Formats: sequence, structure tokens, C-alpha cells
Amino acid sequence: MSEATSSKKPSRLVLIMGKIKGIIVIALIAAVYIWSARGVGFSLFEIIFELPSFFNLLWDMVPPNWAYFVRLIGPLLETFQTAITGTILGTLLAIPLILLAANNVNRNKPLYYVSKGFMNLARTIDPMLYAAILVAGVGLGAFAGMLALTFFSMAINAKLTSESLEAIDNGPLEALEACGGNKLEMIKYAVAPQIMPTFASYTLFVFEINIRASTVLGLVGAGGIGVNLNTSLNLFRYPNAAMVLLTTFVIVVLIDQLSNVLREELV
Amino acid sequence: MVIIECQGLSVTYPGGVQALKDVDLKIDDGEFVIVVGLSGAGKSTLLRTINRLVDPTGGRIKVDGRVINELSKKELKEYRSQVGMIFQNFNLVKRSSVLRNVLAGRLRGVPTWRTLLGLFPKEDVAEALSCLERVGIKEKAKSRADELSGGQQQRVGIARALAQDPKILLADEPVASLDPPTSHAVMKDLKRINEEDGITTIVNLHFIDLAKEYGEKIIGLREGKLVYEGLADEITEEEFEEIYGRSITAEDQLGAGGGANV
Repeated sequence: MSEATSSKKPSRLVLIMGKIKGIIVIALIAAVYIWSARGVGFSLFEIIFELPSFFNLLWDMVPPNWAYFVRLIGPLLETFQTAITGTILGTLLAIPLILLAANNVNRNKPLYYVSKGFMNLARTIDPMLYAAILVAGVGLGAFAGMLALTFFSMAINAKLTSESLEAIDNGPLEALEACGGNKLEMIKYAVAPQIMPTFASYTLFVFEINIRASTVLGLVGAGGIGVNLNTSLNLFRYPNAAMVLLTTFVIVVLIDQLSNVLREELV
Repeated sequence: MVIIECQGLSVTYPGGVQALKDVDLKIDDGEFVIVVGLSGAGKSTLLRTINRLVDPTGGRIKVDGRVINELSKKELKEYRSQVGMIFQNFNLVKRSSVLRNVLAGRLRGVPTWRTLLGLFPKEDVAEALSCLERVGIKEKAKSRADELSGGQQQRVGIARALAQDPKILLADEPVASLDPPTSHAVMKDLKRINEEDGITTIVNLHFIDLAKEYGEKIIGLREGKLVYEGLADEITEEEFEEIYGRSITAEDQLGAGGGANV
């Protein structure tokens, strides 16, 4: 009885300790924040001081140069093409990786860990970083951008899908094994039917990210509509830059909506 | 004629759990055997060792005169195709059609390039359909597996095993997920197939009334040891209590109250 009542009413000491812990945590976060803010030269004064010139920039962008849109059609198509080819090639490359990095399909422990490690390593690199490196390697242009998105799509799709694959119902796999089915037959008859909707949904998700990424690949010289943004800003052609931003915004929203509708159909 | 013979069969799992301890067992060709025991007694391990989903760590198993402990990968697939298995949770691919699920039982006889393209020979499709007919659900062939009731899904499981044209049928708690009337129907199907085709059948059950009603021979496992082997007609309540290591309760019977508690 006495134990039960004491557990219901925490003692004063426990309450005070809890408060002290809270204060320490807040103090730590504040310290880390101040350290970081000093590192980036954060100053409230500068924000207020620079505010007018920021508004000036926005003002210079209005109205956007509508006529510039005609010149954006080509780069826009290139942006799409970059995202589409990158997504498709990346998805195809992801398939073997998905199967190798799922412990219920690949029972070879060393191969499993190597695949998983490769996948995680490939995933730590941002598509812009891939693009910057590839531009140095294969030269300026959309081809470098496409390769960047290929690596990125492969890594992220493999990561997401292989994790879902590890969570499928293993019963059918066992049944296929008990029938004397081989590995490929297990994949075709027990794995694929279960994972396909998820895989398709993640592929659309990766395509959404790729569309977004392909609009800025041009900033590192990897083709697409981002090149126009870069040039317009460098040449102070703000109405043109505004038109690029507006076009990008509309395209990204449209693709996101379309992809969302498709994904809801899948699940 | 003996078809399955276990000698000193032991299974120790990697974690150190001893699931089977020195089991000696003979099963005759065409017999209908029921394995009883509490959950964790090793029933499931015994079945899975027979088709080598679990590898024995000691002793040996002879099936049809051949020791199956050491088979090459290819021989193992060939051997497994002769042993049908029926599972507690049916283990169907829910999103696939009933027919496609049953066709999985025909994989072994068809070249892999054909199975991967889904191009099964006409005879195999006909065979799969006739297996569905035998369990009374041929008209469901085109339905998606998850549209079927539990009892129907288990019949798909039976049809898939039958499609293998097996010498041995292993059923691991085939009625544990079903209601009492459906349980009886499924047990009757298994019994009928055993009688018509003479396929040696081993069924794991934990309901003693079902075991007595359908079994020909009963095997009792307790903590991985074989503690009973005898005819179903002769087993007494005391012997069941010996196998279970405790007194028999209503939950051990499917009949009256047992099913309702599950």
C-alpha cells in the first residue's frame, strides 16, 4: 500500500531534479545555437539593414518578363527529360540493389551488408553534389544532371523499397521455397506481387524529388531551366529571373499534384 | 512400407533453443498421422525438418529410402517438390489470383524461363484447375486470393500442395486460424485426399478432439521429445495429459467451448 501511494506522488526532490534537467537541456540548445549563429555571422542588424535592398530586388522582378517564357520552353523540356531519364535509369539500377539489400530475399550475409553499405553511402550524397562532381567529370550540360539524378534515384529508391521489402509477409516466400521454387521464382511469385505497389509509389515520389532537383541543377551547370535562372541573376535581368521562378513553381506544383493523385490510386 | 524414418533427429536453433531432442520415428506410406503437443513442443520444427525448411543438427531422416540430410541445392528443390506443405496462415500471395497461387505448386516441372514469363503449359493450368475442383473452389480461380474467406483460402493452400502431385503432405496447424465448422470441413478435405490418393499426410494440431476424430496414428511431442506414439482409437485422456504435461482443459478441444475462446 505505502509503495503504491509513494509512486503516485513523486517526491519534491524528483520534481526539482526534473526542472533542473529541463533548464540544462534548454541551456545546451541555446549554447549550440549561439555558437552556430556566430559561425554564420548572423546579425539581426543586418537583416533589418538589408531588408530594403531585398524588397528592391523583389520590386525589380515585377512584372515578370512574360515574353521570356518562349525562350524557357526548350530548357523546360530539357528539365523534364533530365528528371525522366534520371528516374527511369535510377529505378532500373535500384531493382537489383533492392533485392540484394533485403535480408528476407538475400540470405548471403556479406553480400547483404555490402549492398546495404553501398546504398547508404550513395544516399548520403545530395544530387547537387553529384551534379557538381559529374560536371567536372563529363562536362557541362544535362547529361551530367541526368547521371546525378540516376545515382540519387537509385540510392533513395533502393533504400525506401528495400526497407518495405523487409517488412512484407514472408509466408508466401516460405510456401514457394517449400514447393521447390528457385530464387527467381520466389521473387516473381512471392516478392513482386507484394512489393510492386510500394515500389511504384516510391518511384513516383522519387520522380517528384527529381523534378524539383532538375530545376536547380543548372546552378552548378548541369543543364535545365536552372541555367536560365543562374544567367538571369548574374546579368541582373530580374524580370527574366522572376519568369523562371514562376514557371518552376507552376511546374513543380502541377507535377506534385499529378503524382499525388497517381500514388493514391496505387495504395 | 516405411516412407519417413527419423533416427536420433535433433534440432538446435542458432539461439540455443533445442526444438527436437533425439526423435526416433517411423511413418508408413499412406498413413494419416497427427502430431499433438503444446505450442513450442517442436511440432512445427518436426514438419519443417521433414521438408528441410529447417536443417537437422543431429541424427538423420530417411524419406523413401533416401537420406535427405545432405542434398545438393538442386536435389533439395527436386525433393521439396514431392512434399506439399499447408500452413496455418495459408501463406498465399494475397494480391495474386487463386489460380496463380495454385500454379506455384507446378513450378518444379516447368522451365524457369517459362515460369518467369508466366507461360505455364496448358496441362499445368488444367492440373491446377482440377486441384481447385477437388477442394470445391474451381469457380474462384480468377478471384484475388484476399477476396476469399479463411476456409476458402486454406483450400487454395491445399490445392497448391496438391498441384505438386506430392508423395507426402505436411500440414502445420492447418485449422488454427479457422472457426469450428470450417475446421472440420478442412480436416475432412485432408482426410479424403489421403484416402483417395494414398498420400502420406502429417498434420500438426493442438485440439485433442480433432486429433482423435481424424487421426489414424497419433504422435505426441513434449519439449522436443517424442513422448507418445499410438493409434488414435486407443489414446486415452490420461495419455493426452501426459503429452501436454498438465490436465486437459476446454481450450484443448475445438468442439464445445474451445473455438469460442480463440
